[in-house]
Amino acid sequence: MILAALIVLLMGCGMLAWLAGRWNNTLPRIISLAGISVQLLVVVWLWLTHQRGSASTLWIMSYTHSWIPAFGIHIKLAVDGLSLLMLALTSFLGILSVLTSWKEINKRVGFFHFNLLFVLAGIAGVFLSLDLFLFYFSWEVMLIPMYFLISIWGNENRTYASYKFFLFTQGSGLLMFLSILGLYLVHGHNTGVFTFDYEQLLGTVMAPQTAFLLMLGFVIAFIVKLSTVPFHSWLPDAHTQAPTAGSVILAGLLLKTGAYGLIRFVLPLFPQASHQFAPVAMLLGVISILYGAKLAFAQTDLKRLVAYISVSHMGFILLGIYAFNEMAMQGVVMQMVAHGISTGGLFIIAGTLHERIQTRDIGQMGGLWARLPKMGAMGLVFVMASLGLPGLGNFVAEFLILTGSFMANKTLTIIATLGLVAATIYSLRIMQKVFYGKEQKQWTIADFSIREMGIMTCLVIAILWLGLFPSAVLTVSRASVLEVIERVEGRDKTQSDKADVNPRETDHQAITITSVNEQGQHWKINTKNSN
Amino acid sequence: MSAEDIRSLLPMVILAGGILLTLILVALKRNHKLAFITTATLAISIFSYISLQRLFPDKRKEEYYLLLMLATLGSCMMVVSTHFISFFVSIEILTISLYTLISYYREQTKAIEAGLKYLVLAAMSSAFLLFGMALIFAASGEMSFSGLFAITAAMSGSATIMLVTGTGLMIVGIGFKLALVPFHMWAPDVYEGASSPVSAFIATVSKGGVVAFLLHFFMMADLYRYPKVMLMFMVIAVLSMLMGNLLALMQNNVKRMLAYSSIAHLGYLLVAFIAGKGMGVQAATFYITVYVITIIGAFGIITVISPSDSEATDLEAYKGLFWRRPFLAALFTIFLLSLAGIPLTAGFIGKYFLLTAGLGSAQWMLAFVLVASSVIGLFYYLRVIVAMMKQEEDNLSASKSPLAASIGGIIALSLLALLIIGLGVYPGWLIEMVKSL
Repeated sequence: MILAALIVLLMGCGMLAWLAGRWNNTLPRIISLAGISVQLLVVVWLWLTHQRGSASTLWIMSYTHSWIPAFGIHIKLAVDGLSLLMLALTSFLGILSVLTSWKEINKRVGFFHFNLLFVLAGIAGVFLSLDLFLFYFSWEVMLIPMYFLISIWGNENRTYASYKFFLFTQGSGLLMFLSILGLYLVHGHNTGVFTFDYEQLLGTVMAPQTAFLLMLGFVIAFIVKLSTVPFHSWLPDAHTQAPTAGSVILAGLLLKTGAYGLIRFVLPLFPQASHQFAPVAMLLGVISILYGAKLAFAQTDLKRLVAYISVSHMGFILLGIYAFNEMAMQGVVMQMVAHGISTGGLFIIAGTLHERIQTRDIGQMGGLWARLPKMGAMGLVFVMASLGLPGLGNFVAEFLILTGSFMANKTLTIIATLGLVAATIYSLRIMQKVFYGKEQKQWTIADFSIREMGIMTCLVIAILWLGLFPSAVLTVSRASVLEVIERVEGRDKTQSDKADVNPRETDHQAITITSVNEQGQHWKINTKNSN
Repeated sequence: MSAEDIRSLLPMVILAGGILLTLILVALKRNHKLAFITTATLAISIFSYISLQRLFPDKRKEEYYLLLMLATLGSCMMVVSTHFISFFVSIEILTISLYTLISYYREQTKAIEAGLKYLVLAAMSSAFLLFGMALIFAASGEMSFSGLFAITAAMSGSATIMLVTGTGLMIVGIGFKLALVPFHMWAPDVYEGASSPVSAFIATVSKGGVVAFLLHFFMMADLYRYPKVMLMFMVIAVLSMLMGNLLALMQNNVKRMLAYSSIAHLGYLLVAFIAGKGMGVQAATFYITVYVITIIGAFGIITVISPSDSEATDLEAYKGLFWRRPFLAALFTIFLLSLAGIPLTAGFIGKYFLLTAGLGSAQWMLAFVLVASSVIGLFYYLRVIVAMMKQEEDNLSASKSPLAASIGGIIALSLLALLIIGLGVYPGWLIEMVKSL
């Protein structure tokens, strides 16, 4: 009930903000701030009280209500460690994006906050849904308001960017929808029960080719969202043209829905097909890391540069997900949270700079530290975070991902490690071009105000906390991560038994199954198998 | 409202209200589709009133409503007809009233042109229909659908060929009425020339009736047995979906764009129709219902925002509408998003229904074309939405249409929009209703 209320709360506040915007420009901001804060409080309360949870079920809390019984569609929401983390990130970044647009957005404030809250509601729906129909529904709900955010409040080239964003994500989303329907029908024909319920669909038995095709539909939708290289071209445009709050939400949350979808749906629903696809996915991940880094280095537009950093960092996520071991997967979860915060910080800095000097061209910046010491110091923190400085969240994440994926695929991981070197180069280039060096122009600009310092302080505390006490996050997500890995490896066994494949593979499964019980041994044994 | 207004409203009240209410009462007992068509007409007559007031202030307007009622009668008869003769009579009643309705604004050359075009093509399609019926009759000696079913089951080879040919000719005729590719040429011109309510009428009531007939005919005579006939429909469906959406991309006239989009939508509908018994029929019925609501809303918006001398059909007229008339623009956005099949609107549930039906009978190719073409479709719906959100200089205050006259229209539009959102969020009741048919 609380979970459904969370989504309704955001939508309700959105409507209210739109109405309030007719009379007053501040009222919508306060309403949205209040709405998201309530959400954050509920999430924190869930985190603190239910963290250890009853061991009997994976779900900390769930809610089911019949929606369209004729088709077996339910409103089924549930939260586990992974979705709890994502929800916390959603409400945290939600509050910050309301705060950053406090001065930046002055036109149609009510409608802006309406869209903002609807995006957040859609994202929350994605992270909570356990009914595939509801999941797709929320997936689409977050698109339209995001499209409006870009196309109304965006920068000079907003129309083009918003089109591109919408067509990419909508087109790939429809492919996923086809796959969802395919899965629904296959399960229905097998069992006679037509349902979109995730937990019931988990056991669906199907021919390997069918499974692979259905999986591809999901995977395309998710890696378009994750902006993996062949499908990344919407992201730099959308990020650059969106208003600051839009960029923060795009980079911090929308990209994560792709990663979340892969972990929550693709791996458990199609374990065997995922194994087949893993080498390709890891290769795509590595290409994204290097290609994103190279393009980031070549950009002169500050926001575009940060966007390509996201492409590069999302490559790590793809690499980690398809390594199929606990360490890499935990790293992925960490990366999702840490990237949300560090990129959010960078986008807010780029946004505030753009607001002050009306340009994003780093050729015209330079030597700004003298004028903007506070902004410079904050910039340094997030630049260091994105290059993976130990002590900050991203380091933990990338370290875990690389160690984990090394066990799965040595060659690709070694190549991926080059991405860290590249990250150092492009990150330091930001500092060099923007804050150090010669002054290109005599800008007269104000440093961070108290509000902006408040935002930045929150972000810095968060990224430090992630870096210094990563176990706080890792313990929350551990149960869900183990569950997913168990499914990927475990399902393999039952399916290969049925298909009766060569004995070597069945042997390999047996080892994995036993190893799940002895956590310490788990990683090591996995390495042997995958070779 | 002055006495003058009431007097001018009276014909509509008497004709639309009186006749429709009785029809609805009868219809509710017999057939949901019938009830649906009559209510759709009611909504259209509201917009007709607005449009007539504005474009045609001094002339007599009683005939208009008479013709509208006649056309509705034809459409209603078509839904319940189970015999070739009753079907043909009803389709003639419908089209003959439409000739006049389309060219009703006889001062405008475009309306006359559209009327003539419709006259020629509809007469030709009637000829095709008749010839097809004659062939079927020659082969089977039967003109009622159920009788046809009994006879065709035990038919020899040569008779089957005649039957299939006859059905093929009928499909050409029906294709004209539904404006399916390659029989679609008349649609954009007629939509553009006719006034918006009449265009809405053609797109909804007239097409809805034909679709209902098609379902009826194919189910009762069980023509699903002939793979050649189904192949023909498959080709038509794919062409309609692709061509409709591709041609709509190039339009700057909103009414022409809606014409092409309705071609594409009828193509989507055929996917469910081809899927066949059970799920397919339900999906088609659900989809046509949603489509009718949405199209009436979209044309209603065009009527309501039109300035008094001409209709707002050019994309230019929609620039900045979001900031001039936020409420109407929001309603239009809802209608367009529903046409595009975006969640929270009924169009999404409709499209879901179609895809499930299509995949349920393993029509993967059709489902893929549907998905691909609806992505193309998104593009031009977005174009209108983007145009509405374009920032306009504040001093350029565009001519506002007289608000008092369109209050009824705005209420009707809000109801339609509410219905679309309501169906998009909670479609259960309509699905149950469709299933009980």
